[in-house]
Amino acid sequence: MSTVQVTTHQTKPAAAELAQRLQARFPEWLSGPEEFRGELTLRLKDAERIAEVCAVARRELGFDYLVDITSIDHYGEDPRFMLVYHLYGYDHLRYLRLKLEVSEEKAEVPTVTAIWRTADWHEREIYDMMGIRFRGHPDLRRILMWDGYPYHPLRKDFPLGGKPTHVPDVAFTEAAPLEGGPFVTVPGGKDSVAREPRVRVPEPDETNPSAGQS
Amino acid sequence: MAETRDMEFQDTAARAAEAAAGEELGELSGDRMVLNMGPSHPATHGVLRLVLELDGEVITRATPHVGYLHRGDEKIAENMTYTQFIPYTDRLDYLAPLANNVAYVLAVEKLLGIDRQLPERCQYLRVICCELARISSHLLGMGSYAMDVGAMTVFLHTYTEREKIHNLCESLSGARFTTSYTRIGGVSRDMPPGWMEQCRQFCREVVRNFDETETLLTRNKIFMDRTQGIGVISRQDAIDYGLSGPNLRGSGIAHDLRKAQPYLVYDQLQFDVPVGSVGDCYDRYLVRIEEMRQSVRIINQCLDKMPGGPVCIPDFKVSLPPKERVLTRMEELIHHFINVTQGVNAPPGEIYFGHENPKGELGFYIYSKGGGTPYRLKIRSPSFVNLSILPKLLPGHMVGDVVAVLGSFDFVMGECDR
Repeated sequence: MSTVQVTTHQTKPAAAELAQRLQARFPEWLSGPEEFRGELTLRLKDAERIAEVCAVARRELGFDYLVDITSIDHYGEDPRFMLVYHLYGYDHLRYLRLKLEVSEEKAEVPTVTAIWRTADWHEREIYDMMGIRFRGHPDLRRILMWDGYPYHPLRKDFPLGGKPTHVPDVAFTEAAPLEGGPFVTVPGGKDSVAREPRVRVPEPDETNPSAGQS
Repeated sequence: MAETRDMEFQDTAARAAEAAAGEELGELSGDRMVLNMGPSHPATHGVLRLVLELDGEVITRATPHVGYLHRGDEKIAENMTYTQFIPYTDRLDYLAPLANNVAYVLAVEKLLGIDRQLPERCQYLRVICCELARISSHLLGMGSYAMDVGAMTVFLHTYTEREKIHNLCESLSGARFTTSYTRIGGVSRDMPPGWMEQCRQFCREVVRNFDETETLLTRNKIFMDRTQGIGVISRQDAIDYGLSGPNLRGSGIAHDLRKAQPYLVYDQLQFDVPVGSVGDCYDRYLVRIEEMRQSVRIINQCLDKMPGGPVCIPDFKVSLPPKERVLTRMEELIHHFINVTQGVNAPPGEIYFGHENPKGELGFYIYSKGGGTPYRLKIRSPSFVNLSILPKLLPGHMVGDVVAVLGSFDFVMGECDR
């Protein structure tokens, strides 16, 4: 074991230069870069191309570390979902963000597990939490929720208080009692009731006729 | 006269290759057994479950199951103001809550665009917090690692020092574990009188403890036999699986976000980044020991340089005004009311901030549509990503090596499952 001096990013190519080089490789698919707080974002118009773009980013531009993949649910908009890829390179020490949109009907994009193995669990988590499938993923199973769980909890139409499930042989199928909580906050409400709506006891519906009855 | 026979027993890498080859051909060299390990097992450090497929005592396949501690932190974050989420960050990596607090508020401050305006004193205080958290986390990680491979004493020994860190945390933040010490734009309170001297005292004592721990472990034949050459992660695999923190540096990649993307005042402090040469369990242990020594070095520099002044940004649109002014002045009362009920008004936009936590890169991605609550908050937790290499790493090892590998990874399920 030894201690070494770590290089800092004074002499490396700028993030903007790397983003422009990637954009120049795929001018018809990639737009941007947009900058916010010193971070660069490229938007990918065609979600089907993500694996190709990522392969070039890794092999030619040195983005060898996939930091994270995230999904966002723009509920009520079309296309509904957005995927966010954070790339980083150990040589040039630059971040780059790739964003793409996925419609609710399709809800499927190609996997990038062949490019970075770390994408495996990130993609499983998105499949679990948001319900977006990754074509070509070697083992697309739920990861945080249990197998057979019917919902995707990070979708905006999934209530914070949870939904009961009626999957046989699985424990904890009823929503946990909330006792008027948890305490939530919505900015800009007119009065304190509108601003801080407690998660109410769920209304009864066809999936759960007994909800709300004590 | 007893007869002596030589038996050939291949090394781990050869067994792994054989296990992989057997997989492809569909050959079974004997009956395989499936062994369930966890979710409640002392070596899984929480609630990790491993399903191991065994050929004799050699692992041929490992499937980790996570999620037993899933609490929906990301969903919860979408329903509260930025400040309200701070206590939830304590419960991510619950062995280093101070570091999580700092990482989260730095991300929010980046979104607000105020990360360059933090008062110097606040920045130094936060660095001390991060490094105390690092020592605390590594002490526990090392103690339980040693206990997993059979050395009980080390755990009790390191926990004695950890207790002192809890005392420091308590006098600093009011809580031993769930500190919630940081606030957006600063910290909740300045350090109490005499705290710096207590901290110096701790630094002097803990270094002696490191020396003693090293005499117990570093050249301990049993410890070396159990960890050297076990769980070797190549440079390429470490990058490919997105490892971070000591697990990455154990494989020889000198990447530390405190150096690579300096935040707070890390660029003004002197410290080295230790790296391993082999990438085995033993290297990861050595890296952690050295990181703790470097943390002590950083804390001492911070205590020497500690400037005076405020510990919060004096902008009451962001941080809370002092209580006596809230009670006596109209303007401050309004700021206080708005800050508490509606939260800090963040601009629309998105940021990612990666923080060098004791376990690795803890990242927060915040997508804001404006207002006081995040539209989406993603927690990139190092333990989750670090564990994803297990199906690749474990095959070829013996069952007994699993505890050594898991111990050397030093993961926390609270952070993995969020």
